[in-house]
Amino acid sequence: MAVTQTAHLIATQPRRSVVAASWTALGALLLRDAVVLNKHLWEFVLRTLIQPFLLCFVFLFVFPKIGQGIGGHGDAAESAFATILVPGVVGISVMFQGVQSIALAMAQEFGFTREIEDRVQAPCPIWLVAAEKVISGTLQGLLSAAIVLPIASVVHAGGVHAQLALHWGIIVTLVPLAAVAMSGLGLLLGTSFEPRNIGLMFGFIILPITFLGGTYYSFDRLAPVRLGGVHWLQVLVLANPLIYVNEGMRAAFTAGPHLHLYVIYPVLVGFAALFLGLGLRNFRRRVLS
Amino acid sequence: MGPSRSDTSALAPPGGRRREAVIWTEQLQKRYPGAEAPAVDHLDLEVFAGEIFGLLGPNGAGKTTTAGMLTTRVVPSGGRAEVGGVDVTRHPALAKQLSGIVSQQNTLDRQLSVWENLYFHGRLFGMGGRRSRQRADELLEQFQLARWATASVYALSGGMAQRLMVARAIFHEPAVLFLDEPTAGLDPQSRLVLWDLLGELNAEGQTILLTTHYMEEADQLCARVAIMDHGRLLALDTPTALKQSVGADTVLTLKAAGDAEALREKMAGALTGVTGSRSIEGGAQLQVRGAERLVPRAVAAAEALGVDLIDLSVAEPSLETVFINLTGKELRD
Repeated sequence: MAVTQTAHLIATQPRRSVVAASWTALGALLLRDAVVLNKHLWEFVLRTLIQPFLLCFVFLFVFPKIGQGIGGHGDAAESAFATILVPGVVGISVMFQGVQSIALAMAQEFGFTREIEDRVQAPCPIWLVAAEKVISGTLQGLLSAAIVLPIASVVHAGGVHAQLALHWGIIVTLVPLAAVAMSGLGLLLGTSFEPRNIGLMFGFIILPITFLGGTYYSFDRLAPVRLGGVHWLQVLVLANPLIYVNEGMRAAFTAGPHLHLYVIYPVLVGFAALFLGLGLRNFRRRVLS
Repeated sequence: MGPSRSDTSALAPPGGRRREAVIWTEQLQKRYPGAEAPAVDHLDLEVFAGEIFGLLGPNGAGKTTTAGMLTTRVVPSGGRAEVGGVDVTRHPALAKQLSGIVSQQNTLDRQLSVWENLYFHGRLFGMGGRRSRQRADELLEQFQLARWATASVYALSGGMAQRLMVARAIFHEPAVLFLDEPTAGLDPQSRLVLWDLLGELNAEGQTILLTTHYMEEADQLCARVAIMDHGRLLALDTPTALKQSVGADTVLTLKAAGDAEALREKMAGALTGVTGSRSIEGGAQLQVRGAERLVPRAVAAAEALGVDLIDLSVAEPSLETVFINLTGKELRD
């Protein structure tokens, strides 16, 4: 009896501190996501590229070919539009990655598979499970930016050229920041919408964000839209996190006009903090009762 | 018998008097927001190392909520609970190191293969790559899932998925294995396989807490059973002692045409040694002490009373009988 009792006393004590256990748990969760991504690598690449490819194909190849070029006729005007569109396409890809890799995955895990119930049994604080999703989503966002940019800058009709100018200082800071903010958005959406309402999320959140997020136009081009001297559309889109992402991409990848970096950085940091804060709160509420 | 209340460190060695209690609760309560009655009401429990402990009760009795609080998923509204000496409310992340959990739903990782589900669980709980690989192989062998190692978890039947979840839950050698209604929805064959498996694990020293509304399950598997209803603990003892507490050694079930209540009253009056009775649909159930020649006696009594018997059966008291005596209703209501 004494022997078994001793054995149990050893087994029934926590073996590691929470900090040590959390680090290894975080590493294991990231490793698991990497393995899953690797299993579906081609799916990931195709899913990431299909939208940017179609956007560039229609707007920068088909339209100029059929004389419907956006931004006016002629190679110069069409190239100017390409210069606006290409960074926008990168921005929108980063956003979709956040939504896809976090919001949709989470809707599924909270919904019919209930996998989240197992994931939160990891020997770490619950918030870390959600934070890992954001880290993983951010890395996937960066990966998509890296594969979308080269594709978006070559799918053009002859004579149409996006004038790219890479600003590395901005690229290595702003692209990750944008990816964090958009992963935070994915976490917030994934924890706010019931799985059965994912259609609503796309219709009422994703579509407006996409179309009013400065993907197809830069912020300064919206100035003519006004009512009695009020640039109402410019004011409206300032509430849209994607406009800062896209304008930031313009600052990073082109020499064209963009919102001031003094505005872009702090606002994106603010959005990231807001989304992460609300998202983590929601996650906790969904998991605990 | 009170546990030592040293709060210096959750990692401190166990207090002398707590001995081998792996689960300990004191006045544990849960009231969900907006609910009229508490789901768990001032629950005191102690589960000892090496036992299979059953929480038995109907749906809504508070079993799952109790297990939820012990596994840190449900936040208690009052009282205290400890697993392995760790306060689950104050140190949930630490408590999770000590728990292995098999929930009611299939929570296997659908993106991973059968083997990977085990392997990554080991990594999640801090095991190295080599040790996780080794243990994943061993457990698949032990749980007779080795030939499914590379299969998608979608390919598994309900019983196999359940086995894999048990294998995953014990992978990190938890102090307690929690199973919430483990055989609900399983076919009888898979249920027996799982019972055997749990018995083997327990024989190796695994402490198990399971919730169930199948009295056979509690009776067959558990060293001790806590009977719960409306969030309260009604009785706690070994299945044998609980059944003995009924005070009868036989349950006589009679079916007859006519008024069930009248049948119950007449038969209970006519037979000797009746310790309890109740009317059921189409008949009556009597608890009798002294089973000798009970059937002929019952038939004779029925004949004498002019009762037109359709069916008559005898059985030993079960945990169902205990539950009926405690609550006046059946377990599966």
